[in-house]
Amino acid sequence: MKVALFATCLVDTLTPSVARATATLLQRLGHEVVVPPGQSCCGQMHVNTGYRREAVPIVANHVRAFAGAEAIVAPSGSCVASIHHQQAEVARRAGEHRLADEAEELAGRTYELSQFLVDVLGVTDVGAYYPHRVTYHPTCHSLRLLKVGDRPYQLLRAVRGLELVELPGAEQCCGFGGTFAVKNADTSTAMLTDKMANVLGTHAEVCTAGDASCLMHIGGGLSRLRAGTRTVHLAEILASTEEAVTPDQQTRPAVSA
Amino acid sequence: MTATVPPKAPTFLGLPTAPRGVGHLRGDQSFPDAARGALRDGQLRANLGHATSTIRGKRAGVVAELPDWGQLREAGRALKAATMARLDDHLEELERQVTARGGVVHWARDANEANEIVTRLVQATGTSEVVKVKSMATQEIGLNEALEAAGLDVFETDLAELIVQLGEDKPSHILVPAIHKNRAEIREIFARTIPGVDPDLTDDPRQLAMAARTHLRERFLRARVAVSGANFAVAETGTLTVVESEGNGRMCLTLPETLITVMGIEKVVPTWRDLEVFLQLLPRSSTGERMNPYTSTWAGVTPGDGPQEFHLVLLDNGRTAVLADEVGREALHCIRCSACLNVCPVYERAGGHSYGSVYPGPIGAVLSPMLTGVEDNASLPFASSLCGACYDVCPVAIDIPSILVHLRAEHVEAQERPTAEAVAFRGLAKVMSHPRLWHLAQRASRLGRLIARGKPTLPNALPPPVSSWTRSRDLPTPPKETFVESWVREHGS
Repeated sequence: MKVALFATCLVDTLTPSVARATATLLQRLGHEVVVPPGQSCCGQMHVNTGYRREAVPIVANHVRAFAGAEAIVAPSGSCVASIHHQQAEVARRAGEHRLADEAEELAGRTYELSQFLVDVLGVTDVGAYYPHRVTYHPTCHSLRLLKVGDRPYQLLRAVRGLELVELPGAEQCCGFGGTFAVKNADTSTAMLTDKMANVLGTHAEVCTAGDASCLMHIGGGLSRLRAGTRTVHLAEILASTEEAVTPDQQTRPAVSA
Repeated sequence: MTATVPPKAPTFLGLPTAPRGVGHLRGDQSFPDAARGALRDGQLRANLGHATSTIRGKRAGVVAELPDWGQLREAGRALKAATMARLDDHLEELERQVTARGGVVHWARDANEANEIVTRLVQATGTSEVVKVKSMATQEIGLNEALEAAGLDVFETDLAELIVQLGEDKPSHILVPAIHKNRAEIREIFARTIPGVDPDLTDDPRQLAMAARTHLRERFLRARVAVSGANFAVAETGTLTVVESEGNGRMCLTLPETLITVMGIEKVVPTWRDLEVFLQLLPRSSTGERMNPYTSTWAGVTPGDGPQEFHLVLLDNGRTAVLADEVGREALHCIRCSACLNVCPVYERAGGHSYGSVYPGPIGAVLSPMLTGVEDNASLPFASSLCGACYDVCPVAIDIPSILVHLRAEHVEAQERPTAEAVAFRGLAKVMSHPRLWHLAQRASRLGRLIARGKPTLPNALPPPVSSWTRSRDLPTPPKETFVESWVREHGS
């Protein structure tokens, strides 16, 4: 299958290793990966901060960049949920009915990584090897909007060498919430503190999830605490093999010396 | 009906919202400022964490018992949506039926009118004391303050509401108004404020309840006027319903000579059959019980039995304005169960007072700004990480996250002058919709590498608004190359 990869603005700019891992994984599974160079953002940050009118040209750019793609995969539950639930709506509200129809049609071919692997490709064992103790945080939008359910667990359980430990209070939000983390920094940090306490309580080496944004939040907090536990995206774990622990993957926590 | 068509349609200024200067829908601080203080209160955090997790567990247990919960929830949603679509008809039917059964119906445009009506009705009875059943609508309009200003004594009879009243505090939860207090704090309030209380009172829950009971019993027996709210009003028979746990409601609704009920106009349901759905949804969602201990229903006046005078005050106070909002009107479906508060990670940490309104938590963050007009509660729609837990548990499936996002936009679009944030977001939108500009901006973000000076994270001390992030969280140093850049370099475009 020819898969168009939507890296998402955050991953592309700040954690390119996540997109690289997604591409590596899909290629290893025998699929052709294309990366439309015109891509930027799904528009979610604008919509969720109240700039739904301003989001319309961003949606238009996204639709233009991915026009004609057979299947689109993104390593982010949140961005895919926005593509499914918000893009057509903001376009329609702005009177851009044609764009809304196109966005809706594109959304029908857009998948979050774990859903694409399990539902479309029908694989749970992707041949990965990752010899670490790992706990999984189900991010809110993949859990409640996309309803990815136990797909990430199925994928993680099939990874050789990986010890999966249950995260207490797993379904509680980590406190990221996009601009919420800045506008309500104190409440966001209070939520993060409880999430980190649960993560650290598992004694896992790695906390993983399907959203680089939530991981940047949790990982940023863990790094500040000088905790050894690091955050690694699900794609990076699934891309790892005996031959190559994910290319470019950070195996040490981002602790400033 | 004939009407001359005006040459030019007059400018529509919007439907009236809840007036300022009365009631409890507006706080005096923004949510982030109020929360900052609350988050530092360790006792509050512990009390809230314990109480909400207990009630969350109870709710999850009793909801899981019902195989048809999903259908019940959908029925509740559909009934509310259908009722709101013909709200005026149902309210007029309710008025006809209440009147036919000997009650008197009063229409109150807002908090001021409702307070005036109730004060006048109480004064007409010649009494100086009023007992009250816990009611969100009367909290919303500040009825206690209005009655006290008229020289009347008001006694809250719900245990938690009594704790709040005696402690000169404010409720912080829809169902459990004293959720922020623990046993020791309640004992202290009772010991200090209840006249003639046992000086050896301990913080044993039974002892505390008995102290409140003795205190209240006297007031029930001598009260001549009671004020209540209503959970539901059945239009077809003019029947009012109050659902409660302690029996104080039953006392208030049956013992006094005069009963005055203040009810938001959205509480009407068309038929008794509709109650079947809501009386299953409400107790399981709110207290986590299969059935609540007391469900009182009454219609008008029954000679020789119960209150001989009954007044129903139908309150708008901004509800029609909410109804006019195509996205936000769903918030009127709320049956005040408070399940959304108990699952909300923001509520659990910041507490109810941070919202500044009698309606806290996720439902409050949408309802309060719509009742007052979004500019009077502009920080509330942003007081959510949009995690969606509230939508999942709502027994009438109110899509609270979508309404929050909608109200954020209403706030942004209401600004007449561009804010710094708006300038930044508009600029970013332009950049993100033009790939060439976007790639330039991504390259510019690499300037972060200079200030990181080879370290994997950026320095903590950065200018606002980045500082709000970096005060508690590290930011990774931007990479040398974006993913798309490196891919294009390797594969061509």
